[in-house]
Amino acid sequence: MQSLTDLLVFALHVPDGFLNAPVALLWWVLTVAVLAVAVRKTSGSLNERQIPLMGVMAAFIFAAQMLNFPVLGGTSGHLLGGALAALLLGPWAGMLVMACVVGLQALLFQDGGLLAMGANIFNMGILTAAVGYWLGTPLLRLFGGKPWGLVVTGFVAAWVSVMVAAIACSLQLALSGVPAGVVFPAMLFVHAFIGVGEGLITLAALTFIVSTRPDLVTTLTSYLDPTTTRRPVDGRTVGLVTLVGLLCAVGAAFISPLASGDPDGLERVAEDQGFLDRALDAPFSILPDYTIPGLDGNASTIIAGIVGLLIVFALAYGIAMLIRSRRQAAEEERSAPRPATGER
Amino acid sequence: MTTSFLDRYIDRQSPVHGLDGRVKLLLTLGYILALALLPPGNWLAYAACAGLLWWAISRAQLPLRTILARSIVALPFALVAVSVVFTRPGLPLFSLPLGFATLTATDAGLILFASILLKSWLSVQAALLLTATTHFFDLLAALRALHLPPILVAILSFAYRYMFVLVEEAQRLLRARDCRSATLPGQRSGGSIAWRAAVVGRMVGTLFLRSYERSERIYVAMLSRGYNGNMHTLTPRRLTPTEQGLLVVGLALLTGITTLSFFM
Amino acid sequence: MSLLLEPELTTIAPVALAVHVRNLCYRYPDGTEALHDISLQIGEGEKVALVGPNGAGKSTLLLHLNGVLRCTSGSVQIGSTTLSDATIRTIRAQVGMVFQDPDDQLFSPTVFDDVAFGPLHMGLPEAEVRQRVAWALEQVDMAGFERRMPHHLSVGQRKRIAVATVLSMHPAILALDEPSAGLDPRARRGLVELLNRLPQAMLVSTHDMRLVQEVFPRMVILAQGRIAADGPSRELLADGALLEQYGLERP
Repeated sequence: MQSLTDLLVFALHVPDGFLNAPVALLWWVLTVAVLAVAVRKTSGSLNERQIPLMGVMAAFIFAAQMLNFPVLGGTSGHLLGGALAALLLGPWAGMLVMACVVGLQALLFQDGGLLAMGANIFNMGILTAAVGYWLGTPLLRLFGGKPWGLVVTGFVAAWVSVMVAAIACSLQLALSGVPAGVVFPAMLFVHAFIGVGEGLITLAALTFIVSTRPDLVTTLTSYLDPTTTRRPVDGRTVGLVTLVGLLCAVGAAFISPLASGDPDGLERVAEDQGFLDRALDAPFSILPDYTIPGLDGNASTIIAGIVGLLIVFALAYGIAMLIRSRRQAAEEERSAPRPATGER
Repeated sequence: MTTSFLDRYIDRQSPVHGLDGRVKLLLTLGYILALALLPPGNWLAYAACAGLLWWAISRAQLPLRTILARSIVALPFALVAVSVVFTRPGLPLFSLPLGFATLTATDAGLILFASILLKSWLSVQAALLLTATTHFFDLLAALRALHLPPILVAILSFAYRYMFVLVEEAQRLLRARDCRSATLPGQRSGGSIAWRAAVVGRMVGTLFLRSYERSERIYVAMLSRGYNGNMHTLTPRRLTPTEQGLLVVGLALLTGITTLSFFM
Repeated sequence: MSLLLEPELTTIAPVALAVHVRNLCYRYPDGTEALHDISLQIGEGEKVALVGPNGAGKSTLLLHLNGVLRCTSGSVQIGSTTLSDATIRTIRAQVGMVFQDPDDQLFSPTVFDDVAFGPLHMGLPEAEVRQRVAWALEQVDMAGFERRMPHHLSVGQRKRIAVATVLSMHPAILALDEPSAGLDPRARRGLVELLNRLPQAMLVSTHDMRLVQEVFPRMVILAQGRIAADGPSRELLADGALLEQYGLERP
């Protein structure tokens, strides 16, 4: 830990003491449930080769987190690695690998607490891998095998994965009593920058690996194969895109109050209430007074934000699908007998 | 590379070092959970917990001062958590005018903040005690005996083994970069941030490929020694009556402190 | 120091040949021919060095002995058993394969776990596993290192432990890949002594001609996937023209 960002990059490793017991235990339950699915998925579908591979990959992520590059005035860019692991190994293996990395860091180096480990694994292991894969692969398909598709996807998936992890971490802290109006801006501000480092390293690593040893990352390369991406969009992909979209919508709902275009309003509320956490406010006017009866304060603001974003998301998604299916129909008419290229 | 400064203490002979990993792991988890359950401001209960822990540290023949010094790792979170001082409703103590808003510290807020810091500080010490007295492979054996899924134990075990190998490889890559990162007088050096990130990205990619190839060689080495997809291990030994007793007494004590603290 | 084999090994019915490879050919999945018409016989307890330039197919040949690679044509017989899907697990217990990089060979967190890996996967009772680990570590002069972690050991120590990880399976044949690579003189000397006193038949790939001279009475030169020469080391090592032809050094 030589510099400030070196310190801050570990800001997702919540130590014990900052989450209260119910929050920490709830996230242990969630984590155990997801990891149980991941264990079943990896041991059921894959061969015995996976075990040493996943073990060495966990060591790889651990070591790769040490590689850094200087950014500005003593700060440096780092890798968390969840999105990278999921894109290279698949979502379930990626989750197990990341869970073990987080576990090792807590048990060996006290990076992150033991009771808080459930939440830490959820944020840095499960969420980053899930976002990395289920945002990354539909994006790759959407870009239709263009080489720059991998560049954009690598960056976006990695950046969003870090942001989602930071949002979840902020949520846990907020539920534990730390004022949401402080923790959300602080965490998201810091991680918006950390995410850029993550995105740049991830995209560079992915393009390097795909160009050097495409045979190792067949799931990834299949998305870069134009023949795959010309398949009609199936229900599964739609489902995945929807899921990731929902995740993003929920995430954005948390960010949105902070990205409010009316900082004066934020200050005024803070002044009125005398409490910083009351500064949390949503820029949506669909729901009257941004509140829902029966709930007070932050919870209803956030829920109102989520509902608003769901509507926006549904609109955007509908338009995207419309454009896509039209483009696809046109393409199929044009190029029906095109030979498959780049197939292994 | 060694795991940490704690390696110095790990081979000492002490009653704590000699305990089975399961006992230490469960007691540590119980201790941290008990701390988390204590209501804020219950100083007596915190003192009791601190006393228990420091007693255990002294029994383990660890230098308390080193443990205390190492236990302040929660700095970024303390920065975020300090805000509770000004947001928790309670008796106003003092005010900080900040231009756009006035922050008012309350007694309840201050108590909560101090409680959070204390809990965090003690929890980290408990984790340090566990790490300093228990080999990681004993922890792995404990996790296996406590029925963590075998695939996770296997991943952790390989990860621990190859962490050192790959960290050394990563350090060699960094050193090779540093050796070629020269600056000419009067020239701006280092390239753009995107370029620097791309260099690190390629290092990460290189490390991935080496790791992948290594995992294939390991797989062949495992096959050569009869691996067939299942990891076989020795059955764990039974806990001695002393260890069982210690586990029961320890957990009962923690439950007692936690329960009492709600009536105080 | 003279060491006897464990009793149960010596009671196995005597077979004249430890290894019998007949007309082995191997192509990589991409179609390149790696080994061509290899025939090789190694007697019980015979120590054979396998030399030749990088890429000649030495490691590929070793990997055929325990069935990690399966020949395209020809056959491999270990003792009296011909290698096939049905016999592969028995054969892996009989052929102890030690890889060049001890960090690949030693994949467990402790020395004990690593040496116990083979016996445990053979399904032996735990008491015997423990006894075999102790015995194997004693064979390589590493008794007392059970709870040590491989990354805390020197390269020489790791190489010895690597040998112990297969000795604990009581193999009749040892297949070693470049055992002396990267060793300092003292560790190398220890390795020479170890190889000299182990009673098993050996096929050892190496670039180290002094090692050949000191340990192996017979050597096989492999070049471009074919056996170029097979004979007493003393004679082959004296043939300057032959060594020159295959890029080998005089010891």
